[in-house]
Amino acid sequence: MDLSSINPILLLASLMVAATPIMLAAIGELVVERAGVLNLGVEGMMITGAVCGFVVAVNTGSPWVGFIGAAVGGALLSLIFGFLTQFLMSNQVATGLALTLFGLGLSALMGQGYIGIKAPAFPDWDIPLLGDIPVIGPIVFQHDPMVYVGLAIVAAVWAFLKYSRAGLILRAVGENHEAAHALGYHVIRVRMLAIMFGGACAGLGGAYLSLVRVPQWTEGMTAGAGWIALAIVVFASWRPGRLLLGAYLFGGVTVLQLNLQAAGAAIAVEYLSMAPYLATIAVLVIMRAGRAPGSLGQSFHASR
Amino acid sequence: MTEPLLRLSGLTKAYPGVVANKDVSFDIGRGEVHALLGENGAGKSTLVKTIYGLVKPDSGTMLLEGQSFQPPEPRAARAAGVAMVFQHFSLFDAMNVAENIALGMENPPPQAEIAAQVRAVSDQYGLPLDPTRIVGELSAGERQRVEIIRCLLQDPKLLIMDEPTSVLTPQEVAILFETLRKLSAEGTAILYISHKLEEIRALCDNATVLRLGQVVGTCDPRATSAREMAELMVGTVLHVPEKAARPMGDVILSLKGLSAKAPHRFGTALRDINLEVRKGEVLGIGGVAGNGQDELVAALSGEMKTASAMVTFKGQPIGHLSPNPRRKLGLLAAPEERMGHAAAPDMSLTENAILTAMTRQKLTSRGFLHWAQARRFAEGVIKTFDVRTPGPQNAARSLSGGNLQKFVIGREIMQDPEVLIVNQPTWGVDASAAAAIRQALLDLAAKGTAVIVISQDLDELMEISDRFAALNEGRLSAPRPAAGLTVDEIGLMLGGAHDMEVAHVDA
Repeated sequence: MDLSSINPILLLASLMVAATPIMLAAIGELVVERAGVLNLGVEGMMITGAVCGFVVAVNTGSPWVGFIGAAVGGALLSLIFGFLTQFLMSNQVATGLALTLFGLGLSALMGQGYIGIKAPAFPDWDIPLLGDIPVIGPIVFQHDPMVYVGLAIVAAVWAFLKYSRAGLILRAVGENHEAAHALGYHVIRVRMLAIMFGGACAGLGGAYLSLVRVPQWTEGMTAGAGWIALAIVVFASWRPGRLLLGAYLFGGVTVLQLNLQAAGAAIAVEYLSMAPYLATIAVLVIMRAGRAPGSLGQSFHASR
Repeated sequence: MTEPLLRLSGLTKAYPGVVANKDVSFDIGRGEVHALLGENGAGKSTLVKTIYGLVKPDSGTMLLEGQSFQPPEPRAARAAGVAMVFQHFSLFDAMNVAENIALGMENPPPQAEIAAQVRAVSDQYGLPLDPTRIVGELSAGERQRVEIIRCLLQDPKLLIMDEPTSVLTPQEVAILFETLRKLSAEGTAILYISHKLEEIRALCDNATVLRLGQVVGTCDPRATSAREMAELMVGTVLHVPEKAARPMGDVILSLKGLSAKAPHRFGTALRDINLEVRKGEVLGIGGVAGNGQDELVAALSGEMKTASAMVTFKGQPIGHLSPNPRRKLGLLAAPEERMGHAAAPDMSLTENAILTAMTRQKLTSRGFLHWAQARRFAEGVIKTFDVRTPGPQNAARSLSGGNLQKFVIGREIMQDPEVLIVNQPTWGVDASAAAAIRQALLDLAAKGTAVIVISQDLDELMEISDRFAALNEGRLSAPRPAAGLTVDEIGLMLGGAHDMEVAHVDA
């Protein structure tokens, strides 16, 4: 094994890229779960976002418009989930699983004819000054803009939940929907908005895979990233700061194991592939101290 | 004649199959403490929800200070000066006190300012409260303070209180009443819902009685006896349980140094509980919820195992046995929480009967069920305890709370226990059903069974217990004869008033 072939700066730099899709999907699901809804359809919304983003970007030639299309696609798919669970009171677990299966099929259908095409890339851009800092510049400040958009979304969600009145109401709805209703807040409306935000974020995460990370369309390309996002939300105790940590940890180990494979490490490839999942779960379980939102996964009906 | 603060006229609200309110009219004056009385299901909750904007009436009008008042949602009611303290606290456990209070306000100031206001109001009314504490860690009395302060910060003209005292110690009740009297003296009207009639006699200026959604009478609670009010509520003469004098037998169940760790994060540890119960005795155990009641029931019933010598039944150590072997010996238990703990909501009454009675009633053989016998047993319980249901094939969920409670208690009594442990036997049960359950427990004791009643209703415990003990933070006080205990003594046994002080508003 030749460890000298691994460049630590490149490794750390690609960590941020590898973590971004999961981070985007997870931060959306975090908001959904803080509002008391368990949407297991993250994988389906991600892959739908991936194909929508790809199709829009190829046809318009603009990755930015592609990402907007991905967010809209993910949000539209999540609306199906919202309508079924919030208005028709269907079971959230079953509906979420169905949404994943539906999303996988729908994306395969929509993506026919786009296989083997290359996505339009973001134009090269340089962050002046910051990008020129030695070591830190290449690691932190020489990425595509979506990496920073993702970080901005996480920071915005953190501030929204902690400081804003709307965030307080959203947490109240997730914590005890009966009490929130009794105080006159609109449980269903808050939850629908949260579900749509979750769908849009999952869509962005999927599009990051198809437009930046890979960048082309293949069926089933999310390959379980949505499930990892779901797990990270739970193990991060529903807190944005820990979620960021969990996503970067997962991304870091993913990149490391790829590098180790390339360097010819004397460990079976299967074990290396397992490593990111095991490491993420192990660390987050050790840190774990939170509790789930009180009304998570329960249907709400304003009776009497 | 002065104009009333709130005038209700002809309010009617029907739900499919039931009329919750029918032509309800009455007035509440400024600074008046007005009691709203009625059995479960009499329509009290629907009425106050109408005033608070949670329910829209089918017909009828409300006038607040002479203006038409039709709040489409609670925000509008709050803006008009109506505040409400809910029966089941409308609090958010994972949030702190200041956040909970902000959620009940229309235009809350920043958190720091709320914290300052909370400190000021809690000082003024003698309700100490730290705004940074997490609500899930507060006692029931403290949680109620959060609700009350949330209301007071909005300077309400009308404060609605729905069963506020059911979880408080006598001292806490006294302090609450002081606070309410101060508010009333300052001109705030209070609409007070309770079925504790002595409290209403002590506090209220006027009372309106609802039965089956209709106003059946009004009275001056200070000039009316509790019995008269109860009969107005029920509509018939009330049967009061009789406690016959009876000899006490030998010690049948004893606890020696019973200690156990808290079973979960929000549980209470049991600490060195010593107790002896005799045949034919009714032992009442009081205490504010969350002081170890659930854990004590679990340790007695066998849901939670302890060292075997800690619990002895007829001299035989049984602390290590699980519920079924204990049932076989003759020790039965009826836990609280009818839905989910004492009964499986979606199973039929017959199936629920099998679940606890199969050992003693021999409802199984070689792993197979005897359906016919089980059905006869369930029918027997239904008939003996006057459970109102079409038959034992109905799901437990379909019964009203009082009826299911009668079934749950009856199911254990019909198995001829030698020791019966009941937790909150009449919680949420209306007066006539409660009287029937208490009578059944007394009759059982008269036949020589030792009965342990754990309850938060002190009046109930005084009515049926021979001896009384109090649980406080997992410790059990030494039992004392119930006859002759005063309210103050009981309060001290329950552990004082949790550092509350009497309101000291400077007039």
